[in-house]
Amino acid sequence: MSAGLIYAATGCLLFVLGLGGVLLLKALLRRILAFNLMGSGAFLVLVGLAQRDGTPDPVPQAMVLTGIVVAVAATALALTLARRWHALTGRDDIARVRDTGLQIRRKANDRRKAAR
Amino acid sequence: MSPLLDPLAWLILLPLLWATLAFVAADRHGPALALAGIGAQLLCVIALAGDVASHGSNGHLAGGWAEPLGIRLVADGLSLVMLLLTQGVALALALYARSYFSRATPPAFWPLTGFLLAGMNALFLSGDLFNLYVTLELVGLAAVGLVAAGGGAAQIAAALRYLLATLVGSGAYLFGVALIYGSYGTVSASLLGTLITAEAPLAVWLAGGLMLTGLLLKTALLPFHFWLPPAHGGAPAPVSALLSALVVKASFYLFLRLWLGPFAALTEALPGLAQVPAALGAAAILWGSWRAIRADRLKMLVAYSTVAQLGYLFLIFPLLGTGALALQAGILQATAHGLAKAAMFVAAGTLIKVGGSDRVLGVAGAAAHLPVSLFAFALAGVTLMGLPPSGGFLAKWLLIDAALAAGQPWIVVVALSGGLLAGIYVFRVLRLAFRRPTAHDDVPLPQRPAALLEWTAFALAAGSVLIGLGAAPLLALIAGVQP
Amino acid sequence: MKTLWRSLTVIALLGLAAALLVAVLGLPPAPVKLAGEVAAKLGASGVSHPVTAVLLNFRGYDTFLEVAVLIIALLGMLAAGLPPPPPTGSRNAMLPTLARLAVPLMVLAAVYLLWAGAFRPGGAFQAAAVLAAAAVLLHLAEILAPWPRDRRGPRLAIAGGFLLFLAIAAALLANGGLLRYPPEHAGLLIVLIESGLTVSLAVNLAAFFLLRAPEEQR
Repeated sequence: MSAGLIYAATGCLLFVLGLGGVLLLKALLRRILAFNLMGSGAFLVLVGLAQRDGTPDPVPQAMVLTGIVVAVAATALALTLARRWHALTGRDDIARVRDTGLQIRRKANDRRKAAR
Repeated sequence: MSPLLDPLAWLILLPLLWATLAFVAADRHGPALALAGIGAQLLCVIALAGDVASHGSNGHLAGGWAEPLGIRLVADGLSLVMLLLTQGVALALALYARSYFSRATPPAFWPLTGFLLAGMNALFLSGDLFNLYVTLELVGLAAVGLVAAGGGAAQIAAALRYLLATLVGSGAYLFGVALIYGSYGTVSASLLGTLITAEAPLAVWLAGGLMLTGLLLKTALLPFHFWLPPAHGGAPAPVSALLSALVVKASFYLFLRLWLGPFAALTEALPGLAQVPAALGAAAILWGSWRAIRADRLKMLVAYSTVAQLGYLFLIFPLLGTGALALQAGILQATAHGLAKAAMFVAAGTLIKVGGSDRVLGVAGAAAHLPVSLFAFALAGVTLMGLPPSGGFLAKWLLIDAALAAGQPWIVVVALSGGLLAGIYVFRVLRLAFRRPTAHDDVPLPQRPAALLEWTAFALAAGSVLIGLGAAPLLALIAGVQP
Repeated sequence: MKTLWRSLTVIALLGLAAALLVAVLGLPPAPVKLAGEVAAKLGASGVSHPVTAVLLNFRGYDTFLEVAVLIIALLGMLAAGLPPPPPTGSRNAMLPTLARLAVPLMVLAAVYLLWAGAFRPGGAFQAAAVLAAAAVLLHLAEILAPWPRDRRGPRLAIAGGFLLFLAIAAALLANGGLLRYPPEHAGLLIVLIESGLTVSLAVNLAAFFLLRAPEEQR
């Protein structure tokens, strides 16, 4: 098994680990880190699979450089929003922040029924 | 035409240019830059349409390098329709936003809108899978920025939820691209169309699944729709219109391109696969309409309506390739919905701004002082319900025709039920708005809004209806798309 | 109910991981080999390192768009709202001394990275990252003050590099394609673009840390 395949296999595991993290974790900071893990997994697969026969390939390496910059931008935006969220609410997760349109209407209906 | 004036390239360069200038300049120059830029972009699309109509498609090699080394930009009938929709709706929304934000523009609104449009144009013109990833991120991050712009805690939470969903989607897409490059050594969409056969290795099937699922997450198809109502319902009206009318169509366009292009061999090998998006689409229509009927806030009603209408787009997948006009039905639905939903959000924004309340009940009696907005809302509702002669009617007609021809009658049932359900939530609003004010409602007459606020809604809604009447050139454009 | 969903998700993810491993380890060789083509066209690209050639010439359009992505992230930060300036007056003696020693070396390293990108791993992004780190170090040592939101300088710097790239891309349309470099001038144009990008990206990355809301509005 060549080095490239080892990188690729590791990349697959990192990707799934990161995906699980974003879906299952609660704290925002950890979910953002998990997203970075997903990205790193994809980059490893890009570079590793391309050189599984031993010859290095510059095209996916350039793609990974581009991908890293895009991931940095996305992480920066995510951290900015998390920082702002924390400044406004003091919380570090967005669990149980749901659209409550349905409940409000039910309460309004109950109030109207009671007023009659 | 001199290559310096190639409209295809300028469609990408122009929005980048005016967005950067808007970033540097003060806020008050934003609308002028945007209107000039989008106007020029619209001219480029029309020029490009002329090229495509005469030559069938228009290609451009970025960097001058042939594939697979370089990146190929390509404009065919399908991209042209999406580009026309984008530029047209963006122009109307820019006019609307200029008046709507007359007193307080959310920070960075104009530059973000410019970059969003640049990303969308680049997406519709790109023929390289990795380049498409970069454009997806351009569109996604700009959209998240717009949702968060100037907002309080609720908007920030909605933006965070949207961001996490969109990042998972593009992360899955990127991983799929990595697998594809590893399998074939190229990411050129046209080359992959010939290289991927039904005997493709497992990695390609997994890549296809990951990429398409990631795009479904970005298009907010049930069960991945959870991020859309807070984001579209909580943002300011021009932003909601941009997102619902245009941004979700971009990932749908890419889904369609991948389905028909590189992964065509895979989807043809397993015909049952097409039932999955169709089933999810049917569920989206029913669930989204139900939530819209029960919504308490006006913009939430319109946002859930988007969830429902996006379901129609996925009903076409079992019908593609049967020789019927299913592809045209889907694109026509996307276009008509884009115009109608933009009109609806614009009208809702005016109603909320003037009425002061964002609840559906706050619309009561609005017909007396906002007749044009209500008329626009009603016209947009006509398209969503699928009443003749609107674009929505023609799209549903084509869809039902194709479904009957392909022997899938359940699609007909779903499409018709969706129209009825849309009627319920549209008439919910209209019934309240046209209610005659009684003695109990002695609310002081609110001030009249700027005329532009109302007439942009009307123009967009009229567009969605007129498209049904004048759809022949549109259908002709799409007819040239393979298959 | 919630634990049921979580368990199902974990099982699905384990299945995905297994499928991916099986798929990746059993792949046949790829039909298209781009490495050879890059080597063949390297002479016409204007640089001598294959990755730089791909990044700035063959797939330069990708690089062009990714600079825009970074600007969008900054715009998103401006849109969401900036944090207040950090509290001052907590200086210790070690950090400023370290900064004063390290920053000139970092600037030197950045210039070297930019120049070396033509013939070994390096280039505009790496140089910009080092410069931005130097700026953040100065900021942490309280030698560099935070930038208020409306100051024009950082915005001009960020826009300048990108507009230079855009102008060159547009001008090259006359040569037959977006970013189609004429082979004899490719090296010079690439150096020009990279220099502009280094400044622009460095200021952009530093702005993520240094841009603050004005002092009065807390």
